[in-house]
Amino acid sequence: MHYYLRRTARIPLTILAVATLTFGLIRLLPGGPFTQLRIQLLRQGMSVEQVNARIAALQNIRPDAPLYIQYWDYMSGLVRLDLGTSISLNQPVMDVIARALPWTVLLVVTSTVLMFVIGVLIGAMQAYWEGSRFDKFASSGSILLMSIPYYIFAVIFLFVLGFQMRIFPTGNAVARGVEAGLTSEYLISVFQHAALPIISFTLGGIGSTALSMRGNGIQVLGEEYVEVARLRGLPDSRIATRYVAKNAILPMYTGLLLLIGFRLGGTVVLEQIFSYPGLGFYLISALNANDYPLMMGTFLVITVTLVVAVYIADLTYGLIDPRISAGEGDGY
Amino acid sequence: MATEEHQDEVDWRTSASTTEMSTRDRLEEWYTHSVYEPAVVAWSDNRTRWGIIILSFYLLMAAVEVLGLWRDPRPNQAERYLKPFETMAYPLGTTQSGVDLLALIIDSTPFILLMVFAGGVWATTLAVAVGTVSGYKGGVTDRVITSISDFFMSIPGLPLIIVLAIALSPENPLLLGVVLTINYWAGLGRSIRSQVLSIREESYVEASRTMGTSTPRIIIKDVLPNIMPYVMVNFVFAARYTIFASVGLYLIGALPYSGQNWGVTLTNAYRQGGLFTTEGLHWLMVPIIAIVGLALGLILLSQGMDRIFNPRVRTRLTGESRSEAETDSSTTTEGI
Repeated sequence: MHYYLRRTARIPLTILAVATLTFGLIRLLPGGPFTQLRIQLLRQGMSVEQVNARIAALQNIRPDAPLYIQYWDYMSGLVRLDLGTSISLNQPVMDVIARALPWTVLLVVTSTVLMFVIGVLIGAMQAYWEGSRFDKFASSGSILLMSIPYYIFAVIFLFVLGFQMRIFPTGNAVARGVEAGLTSEYLISVFQHAALPIISFTLGGIGSTALSMRGNGIQVLGEEYVEVARLRGLPDSRIATRYVAKNAILPMYTGLLLLIGFRLGGTVVLEQIFSYPGLGFYLISALNANDYPLMMGTFLVITVTLVVAVYIADLTYGLIDPRISAGEGDGY
Repeated sequence: MATEEHQDEVDWRTSASTTEMSTRDRLEEWYTHSVYEPAVVAWSDNRTRWGIIILSFYLLMAAVEVLGLWRDPRPNQAERYLKPFETMAYPLGTTQSGVDLLALIIDSTPFILLMVFAGGVWATTLAVAVGTVSGYKGGVTDRVITSISDFFMSIPGLPLIIVLAIALSPENPLLLGVVLTINYWAGLGRSIRSQVLSIREESYVEASRTMGTSTPRIIIKDVLPNIMPYVMVNFVFAARYTIFASVGLYLIGALPYSGQNWGVTLTNAYRQGGLFTTEGLHWLMVPIIAIVGLALGLILLSQGMDRIFNPRVRTRLTGESRSEAETDSSTTTEGI
């Protein structure tokens, strides 16, 4: 239980650190956060006080206050889940994010699970039939898949299946005019729009998953305890699942923790290509519109999503590997 | 190697040998052990051989550019939308504005290679430093370093790079490589740390410690050689990540650029109609092939590197034996 407590206590700390970093990054941006907006508003004939008040309303930051007060305002805004107002969309940043977050989570979770399951299955078959023609074919395929970035798949799919053959939609998360709800029409529309992003994101990851599963599988199959289990006359299915699969997948699980970060970051490119209205899409459109509150808000929420995802993965890892929850948690 | 053993007397001096070796002998031995034998193993493996061939091709292209052996890309230097191999003067065809595609690719090869190299070196060097020190030292040092890298691990790479790119607008290839792998070291450092944790308990490290060898020396002499294969493989992965991330960010317009490079060429092709017409398809495909080819070369090389360093994988992969685990000593010699 000790491990879980410590792990849980770390979350607020990490989020605090990330929020501080975001605050610092705003200051790093060229000319400070609101130079452009300030010039624009002053040109429109607003008084300096009015401009300051307007900017304070946008980001909970009083531009003329000392830095620690600005920091305090920013942080207390975060606690109240107030991330300021988007300049380009003229809506609270939190509302935009609440709309976008589910789509990003849908893409990342579905594609990561698919990638892991398919990769592990292929890798396990390769390890079992090591040296066979299937093994060689799959290994070459995996290497080829590893050398193609996912957005190339995305561009090609969009070109062939989206624009040329018109089988799949080329933007948005649902078709226009379809009511949200648990209707079959809505779900089919969601599925159609998410299919291409998910497929391209999954394909890119299968190769490396299969290759590392193959390596682990071969290693575990050579272990003595597997031989002993065979000699004890245990059924093959039991050996395959309890002995081989479990021990081969375990080392990959920590890799998966890292992978979530890369994949969550990768949605930025993916969503932009498919004009899929997730967090990454809004991050880039905020970037292009110089909309700093929205940009920093999405950046912060993407990071918090990653912190939570890794936390969940860590907890389940403790369930699978008893060494973690019992001991120091130093093994990885 | 630990094959030479003295049976009658126990000698604990590390450089013990009965006959003095001349510098020439030592050099020769080093050459056979560290250059010739790995090279033979590498070349005997299909994948590494192809990896080396592909990467040499890219180096050749970089050399062509540095020596100025091919024309520079300029608009309207040829007819528009020439197909690849239509005329041998412009072997890869031309773009919408009549730029020679081959010239475009060759022109930015040195840029890409520098960027990829910088990214790989930065990510792996930092990861090795962080991983070995925190894994070997333990205690407070370890806790501090681990917390810092945990923090960097919890920031998704691409969004952070995007925000940093606005602030720094990196256009120098070396700086760009570093920015692209800005927090890549964290995860890698973490896994190196866990390897060092187990190496620390090995008897030869303990022996060095008992003899009072200094920590930096133990890390360099005893720990580093053991994690080197892993580091080399991950250098390649970091390099691959650098090129993938850069092209991805160019594609969505999140990286500033003034000149042309593969990512920018791909982006222009993608934005200016390469997606809707088949006329400009080669314009889209040429940079894709350049990018995928480089990544493929790197990965093929890394696959073979695994085989050079890891005797178990080496023999098992060739399919020579299905159930060998104990015959390590014989295979290490005959594998060469």
